[in-house]
Amino acid sequence: MENRPLEYDYTVAKMFMLTTIILGIVGMSIGVFIAFELAFPGLNTVLGSGLAEYTNFSRLRPLHTDAVAFGFTLSGIWATWYYVGQRVLKVSMAESKFLMFIGKLHFWLYILGVTAVVVSLFMGITTSKEYAEFEWPIDIAIVVVWVLWGVSIFGLIGIRREKSLYISIWYYIATFLGVAMLYLFNNMEIPTMLASSAAGETGIGAWYHSISMYAGTNDALVQWWYGHNAVAFVFTVPIIAMIYYFLPKESGQAIYSYKLSLLAFWGLMFVYLWAGGHHLLYSTVPDWMQTMGSIFSVILILPSWGSAINMLLTMKGEWQQVAASPLIKFMVLASTFYMFSTLEGPIQAIKSVNAIAHFTDWIVGHVHDGTLGWVGFMIIAALYHMAPRVFKRELYSKGLMAAQFWIQTLGIVLYFTSMWIAGITQGMMWRAHDEFGNLAYSFMDTVDVLHPYYALRGTGGLLYLVGFFMFAYNIYKTMSARPVEESELQNASPMGA
Amino acid sequence: MFHWLEKHPFLFAVGVFVTIAFAGLIEIVPNFAQASRPVIGTKPVTLLEQAGRDVYIKNSCNACHSQLIRPFKAETDRYGHYSLSGEYAYDRPFLWGSKRTGPDLHRVGNYRTTEWHENHMKDPKSVMPSSIMPGYPWMFTNKADIDTAYATQLTNAQFFGVPYNKPVPMKDGSTTVVPMAKSVAEAHAMALKEAKEITAKMKDQDVKDAVARGEIPEIVALIAYLNSLK
Repeated sequence: MENRPLEYDYTVAKMFMLTTIILGIVGMSIGVFIAFELAFPGLNTVLGSGLAEYTNFSRLRPLHTDAVAFGFTLSGIWATWYYVGQRVLKVSMAESKFLMFIGKLHFWLYILGVTAVVVSLFMGITTSKEYAEFEWPIDIAIVVVWVLWGVSIFGLIGIRREKSLYISIWYYIATFLGVAMLYLFNNMEIPTMLASSAAGETGIGAWYHSISMYAGTNDALVQWWYGHNAVAFVFTVPIIAMIYYFLPKESGQAIYSYKLSLLAFWGLMFVYLWAGGHHLLYSTVPDWMQTMGSIFSVILILPSWGSAINMLLTMKGEWQQVAASPLIKFMVLASTFYMFSTLEGPIQAIKSVNAIAHFTDWIVGHVHDGTLGWVGFMIIAALYHMAPRVFKRELYSKGLMAAQFWIQTLGIVLYFTSMWIAGITQGMMWRAHDEFGNLAYSFMDTVDVLHPYYALRGTGGLLYLVGFFMFAYNIYKTMSARPVEESELQNASPMGA
Repeated sequence: MFHWLEKHPFLFAVGVFVTIAFAGLIEIVPNFAQASRPVIGTKPVTLLEQAGRDVYIKNSCNACHSQLIRPFKAETDRYGHYSLSGEYAYDRPFLWGSKRTGPDLHRVGNYRTTEWHENHMKDPKSVMPSSIMPGYPWMFTNKADIDTAYATQLTNAQFFGVPYNKPVPMKDGSTTVVPMAKSVAEAHAMALKEAKEITAKMKDQDVKDAVARGEIPEIVALIAYLNSLK
C-alpha cells in the first residue's frame, strides 16, 4: 500500500467537464445566432412572430454572455479545480466524505441556478446590469454555490499532504476571494416587495423584483468595478491557474521562473482592480478616477505579460513540441492571445483611443479575442489533457484535435479583424464633421456600413462553434471508448494478467 | 522569500484579499457622498414612466442603446447637451449601456414623438429603412406591470428618499411635484390617466381600445418613459 501512487477521485471533475461542453455549445450557439441577427435582422423572427419575443437579439444577448461566462467558463474552472486541486495538494477527494458531499452539492446547486437563470432571462427578468443580470433569489443561490466552492478549496487545503501551495492554487484562491467580494458588493439590492403603500398594502408586484442600492453614477461605478474585474477573476486569474498546471505537465518542462510567477501574481492582484475605471472614460465619474483607470490599465501590461512570458519561456528549447502536439499548440496560442489581448486592452484604455473605441464593435472584438483565444483555448486544452486521465482511455483522435485547432484559429482571426475594422470605422464616422462643421454622417450611415463586417464576424463565430462541436465529439468518443486497461489485458501474457 | 507564505493558506488568503480590496476602497468610497446630488430640473419618474422603464429593462434595450452623451462636439451635435452626473440621481439601476448598435437615447424625448416611437417599435424599417433593430410587436399586446412599478416607486421613496409628493426645483425657478399613489387601486387609476394622454396621440386601434377598457399595454408605458428622456 505505502508505495502505491495516490488514486484521485474525479467524480465531480467529470460532472463539470460535461457542463463545460454542454453549456459551451449552448452559449456559443446563441452567440453565433445573435451575431447573424445583426447582419440579417430577419432572423429575429425566424421561429415566427409568436416566439419573436424570445428569439430577438435583445432577449438573447444576456443569455449568450452569461451562458459563456458562467456556464462554459465557470464549469471549466471548476472541472479543472476538482482535478488539479487534488493533484497539487496530494490528497484524494475520496479521503473525505464531507468534501465529496460538498463537491456534489456544489454541482447540483449550480445546475439548479443555471436552470433558473435560463428561464428568468428568457422571461425578461433581469436587473439590466451586464454579467450580473440575475434577480435577488438567484443571487442568493449563486452566493451559496460560491461558498460551497470555497469550502471545497479550503477543505482540501486543510487536509493536504503537500505543505507548500503550488502557483495554481494561489490563483484559484484569488478567484474565489475576488469574485466573492465583487459579486456581493455589486449585487446589493432591495426587493421591492418590502415596501408598503400609504394604505398599508405590502408585497406589491412581482416578488422577485428588486432595485439596486446604488443610484446613477455610483451604480455605474460599482457595476464597472465589478464588470471589469469579473473579467479579471473569471476570465484571467483562474485561466492562469490552469496554464500554470497544464502546460508544464503536458510539455514535461518546469516553469521557467518562480520569481517571475510571484511578481506577476502579486502585481496582477494589486493592479487589476484599478483598471475598471477605463469603462467609464468621458462619463460622469470624477476625472481623477478615469485617469487612474487609464494609467493602471497600461501598468496592467506588466503582470499580464509576466505570466504569459513565463509560459512561453517554459517552452524554451522545446519548441518542436508545438509542431508535434496539437494540445501544446492550443496552450501556446492561448498564451499568445493573452498577450495580444492584454496589449489591446490598455491601448483602448488610453483616453484618446477610447474616445473612438468606446461604444463600438472594437470593444466586442477585444472581448472575443480574449475569451475565444485565451479562455476558450485554455479550457479546451485543459479538458483534452484531463480526458484520457479521468476516463482512463486514449484520446480518440489527435488529427481531429489538430483540425479543430486550425478551424478555430481561423474563426478567431476572422472575428477580431472584422470587429477591428467595424469598430474603428464606426468610431471615425460618428465623430466626422464636414468642412462647415456639421456632422458628416447620419447614425444610419454608420449602421449600413457595418453589414459586411457583421456577416464576417458571424462566419468567424460559426467556425469557432464548428471546432467546438469537433471538440465535443472527440471527448465523447474518448469517454465512450473501451478502457485502456481492458484492451491491454486482452493482449497480455498469462503471467501479466 | 515568499515560500513561508505559501505554507500558510489563511495568511495567504488574507494577503490576497487585502491586496485586491485596496483599489476598490480608494476608488469607490469617496464618490458615494458626491455623485448622488440631483441637478436642478431632475425629477423622479412618474408611475407610467417607471413601468416603461421596467419594459425597457425587461427587453434589454440597454444592450444596444446607451444613455450617456459624452462631452464631444460630434455627440452634442447629434444627441444634445452632454450628460451630467446629477441627472442620474434617481436612476436605479443606471442605464448607460456599453455599446451603441443603435443611437444614444439620453435625450430622445427632445426629438422623437409618440407617433414616431409607435411606428418604430411596431416596424423599425417603416421609419428607418435600413434599421437592423427588430420589431417589438408583442409590446402592443403584453400588459405593463403597474403593480411592480408602483412597488419600485414606493421602495425608491421609502428606502432611498426619492422625493415623491415633494416639491422638486425646476430650471425656471418654479417647483414641481411628482405625485405618488396612496394605494394599489389609486396607482392603477393614476397610470391609466397617464396612459390616456399617450394613446390620444397613438394610431393603433387595439391599443386605444385596451386603454379604454382600463388595460395598459407595454408600448404605452415604454413611450411614456422614452418621452420623459430629455
